[in-house]
Amino acid sequence: MSSLGPAFLGLLENRPQHGYDLKHVYDEHFATQRPLAYGQVYATLSRLLKNGLVEVTATETGGGPERKRYAVTDAGVTDVEQWLGRPESPAPYLQSALYTKVVLALLTGRPAEGILDVQRAEHLQQMRELTRRKADGDLGDQLICDHALFHLEADLRWLELTAARLDELSGEVRGR
Amino acid sequence: MTRPTPRDRPRPEDTDGPLLTAYGLNKAFGLTQALSTASLSLGRGEIVALMGPSGSGKSTFLHCLAGVVRPDAGRIDYGGVDLTHAPDPRLSALRRTEFGFLFQFGQLVPELPCVENVALPLRLNGQRRRPAEREATRMLERLDVGDVARKRPGACSGGQGQRVAVARALITRPRVVFADEPTGALDSLNGEKVLRLLTDTARESGASVVLVTHEPRVAAYADREVIVRDGRTLDIGGGR
Ligand SMILES: Nc1ncnc2c1ncn2[C@@H]1O[C@H](COP(=O)(O)OP(=O)(O)OP(=O)(O)O)[C@@H](O)[C@H]1O
Ligand SMILES: [Mg+2]
Repeated sequence: MSSLGPAFLGLLENRPQHGYDLKHVYDEHFATQRPLAYGQVYATLSRLLKNGLVEVTATETGGGPERKRYAVTDAGVTDVEQWLGRPESPAPYLQSALYTKVVLALLTGRPAEGILDVQRAEHLQQMRELTRRKADGDLGDQLICDHALFHLEADLRWLELTAARLDELSGEVRGR
Repeated sequence: MTRPTPRDRPRPEDTDGPLLTAYGLNKAFGLTQALSTASLSLGRGEIVALMGPSGSGKSTFLHCLAGVVRPDAGRIDYGGVDLTHAPDPRLSALRRTEFGFLFQFGQLVPELPCVENVALPLRLNGQRRRPAEREATRMLERLDVGDVARKRPGACSGGQGQRVAVARALITRPRVVFADEPTGALDSLNGEKVLRLLTDTARESGASVVLVTHEPRVAAYADREVIVRDGRTLDIGGGR
């Protein structure tokens, strides 16, 4: 399930907002690849409304389309608190494509070293981009880039260890 | 009458070609072949990370590139000078004036206050004490450690000591900075800051950097990486 709902609730906890503003605040803090679509924003808000987690505190009918101002309810605050306190299940990396590639290369007698080298270069390229973005960004950018950087680094650590073990691994994999 | 600072001295020709190229370097220590056919081309202002497993030859390669260790075979060209055959005085002059060094261990002189440590490379180049220390103070301030200028290295925190070392490496406005695991483990905010200061200052002054590291997050501050494995270089990763 996406974290869009709880994120909206938390942002509304700061202050009641229109959907339009909410989208922009969300994009500013969380949207890393592409901004939220308006459809997504209003679908999420109407779900939260239906579940009693937000309420409409004002409706403006000016020249343009109707604008509703949303506020979080007590149930909404409880909901976001529960969400924050619930651990995320660690992502199951065991079936990753990268792992499969390496084992398949070993199984089929192909040199796995090249696969690792190419992957390392790709990872580092992305890490360089994130590092640049981090340098230019505000604290929010730094946090989000660091999060990604540490994950990419974890992949690379595994790659290095695997590269160091390739001989042992290929013996084992093909002996099966 | 002050002696010319390194900046006024003639520099290698400012052409578009690489600043430093190494080709086919071999180096053995007894039976250990630390380097075999290692190669690198370092552009002006370029920051290159040397990565690879422990014992793969990264430090040896760096020492050869910097004219600290003479390779058994191969060629190193720095601005038209062949470092592999240059006489010792020539090499040490280059190291003093054109290169900056940043190593993990034992780089600061424990008996000297930080400001004198930083001024040392300038003093070795014949600069007078007062202007050298004035410059050193400015550099320390720039790296946010102006307050430790009068302290000895032993009285600094680890992070402050690293910054003082960066200041010393950059004080001569080197053309190339050679850094061997300059931040150690990057799990502190300080390590990141030191790295940031090093790379930012290098970029501002147009210096090239050879950065030995096995940490991907450190390497990500470079423009590209060169992998060293069993004494060989593998050049795959290219930045933009
Ligand atoms: N002065 C020396 N005398 C003898 N052997 C040496 C010397 N310097 C390096 N070696 C050997 O050369 C090989 C390469 O060492 P080097 O220090 O260049 O590795 P490295 O990649 O820097 O490793 P690390 O990541 O652990 O610092 C190693 O086998 C090392 O034991
Ligand atoms: Mg080393």
